[in-house]
Amino acid sequence: MIQTDVLIIGAGPVGLFTVFEAGLLNLRCHLIDSLPYPGGQCAEIYPKKPIFDIPAYPEILAGDLVENLLEQIEPFQPSYTLGERAQTLKKDEEGFFTITTHEGTKHRSRVVIIAGGLGSFEPRKPPIPELPQFEDRGVDYFVRDPEKYRGKKVVISGGGDSALDWTIHLADIARELTLIHRRNEFRGALDSVSKVRDLAEIGRIQLITPAEVIGLNGATSLNELKIKTETSGLKLEADYFIPLFGLLPKLGPIGDWGLEIEKNAIKVNNALDYSTNIQGIYAVGDVNTYPGKLKLILSGFHEATLALQSAYEVINPGKKHVMKYTTVNGITGFDGSKKEAKKVEPVAI
Amino acid sequence: MIKIKVKDREGELHELEGPTDMSLNLMELFKAHELPVEGTCGGMALCASCQCYVLSDHPLDGRTDAEEDMLAEAFHVKENSRLGCQIHLIDELDGLEIELAPDESLN
Repeated sequence: MIQTDVLIIGAGPVGLFTVFEAGLLNLRCHLIDSLPYPGGQCAEIYPKKPIFDIPAYPEILAGDLVENLLEQIEPFQPSYTLGERAQTLKKDEEGFFTITTHEGTKHRSRVVIIAGGLGSFEPRKPPIPELPQFEDRGVDYFVRDPEKYRGKKVVISGGGDSALDWTIHLADIARELTLIHRRNEFRGALDSVSKVRDLAEIGRIQLITPAEVIGLNGATSLNELKIKTETSGLKLEADYFIPLFGLLPKLGPIGDWGLEIEKNAIKVNNALDYSTNIQGIYAVGDVNTYPGKLKLILSGFHEATLALQSAYEVINPGKKHVMKYTTVNGITGFDGSKKEAKKVEPVAI
Repeated sequence: MIKIKVKDREGELHELEGPTDMSLNLMELFKAHELPVEGTCGGMALCASCQCYVLSDHPLDGRTDAEEDMLAEAFHVKENSRLGCQIHLIDELDGLEIELAPDESLN
């Protein structure tokens, strides 16, 4: 069981900044995120895109914003459960919450801040009717252990970097490897594209383009794919089918926690503290909604700051926190580090 | 102001009015009228949640590389597929007819 003062669901920019504001109030944080790294959408969808509306940054790449936030919160030593989706939430008689991930990792805290953005990232699934019945029976959306495919007949579909990278990697492991893509062109890194074309040329892999997998067959597990090409249809024997089309955010299990949901987002009290209908749970950033809500990183930073002031009183009943500017007190990290303004000797004029 | 006809995923028709002087795109117009379009990536041609089919023969600018790349990965793509976020509302698009592509999060 992981115990902390504040559990943060979502390690995107707003979740990360929440650690900073909590740190100023001497509260420790633990973050849970379904992605295997912090940064949320900024890391997964657009790390190389510039953002122009972060105050004091005329322009900053989303990936750099995440790096900066990680540096900013380092003194407050957050801990993480990454690559796991927050699945269930329970409140006990003492008023503490227990959150369990889909892998079974348990976390306990008095306050939960949901900074879940648009939800947890899940694989984008191609529209093939039989897909659900073959999940874990030959259909994999991630390559977790390449050895699983040793000596097997494997089909990968997709045209981006992950499809190309895994095609190259599994070419030496699988008995037969086929890459199927809807277009003749691939949009991945140029040298991956040329490596894949070389592998096809020497006959190590089979490349079928432009084509789409439209059906799956098999008794208990997968053994055949139905493929549609421009001119005809064909069938291909396969032990494994790995569709790699990137990730898509879904609100997911958070929607079943008894929180008031409106338009796929969590309703909060924006007049006060961004609290939800469950005392002790707050929602900040893109995951929340209220009249006039704007889904901006900058709005999330503000919401997190106010939510923490309220959370402080939940954790320390009867105590009132007095806000001090960091310019006055500096920052004292949990790691013993101190940041404060340099003392300058007054100069006689 | 221009008028745009949109067939939603249930086949229902909507006539939307949109200003041409606010550098608004189709995805933003869908959202402003509360059509079920997520606009997940905020208009960067990185998610395809605003994919739609262009039914009329209005003079649209061609797809950019970014839009081509995303459509190469998206599902339910047809010849007339476009990302709503890449189509800016201009006077020439008055009377444009659009159909929303299926919601791929339901695959």
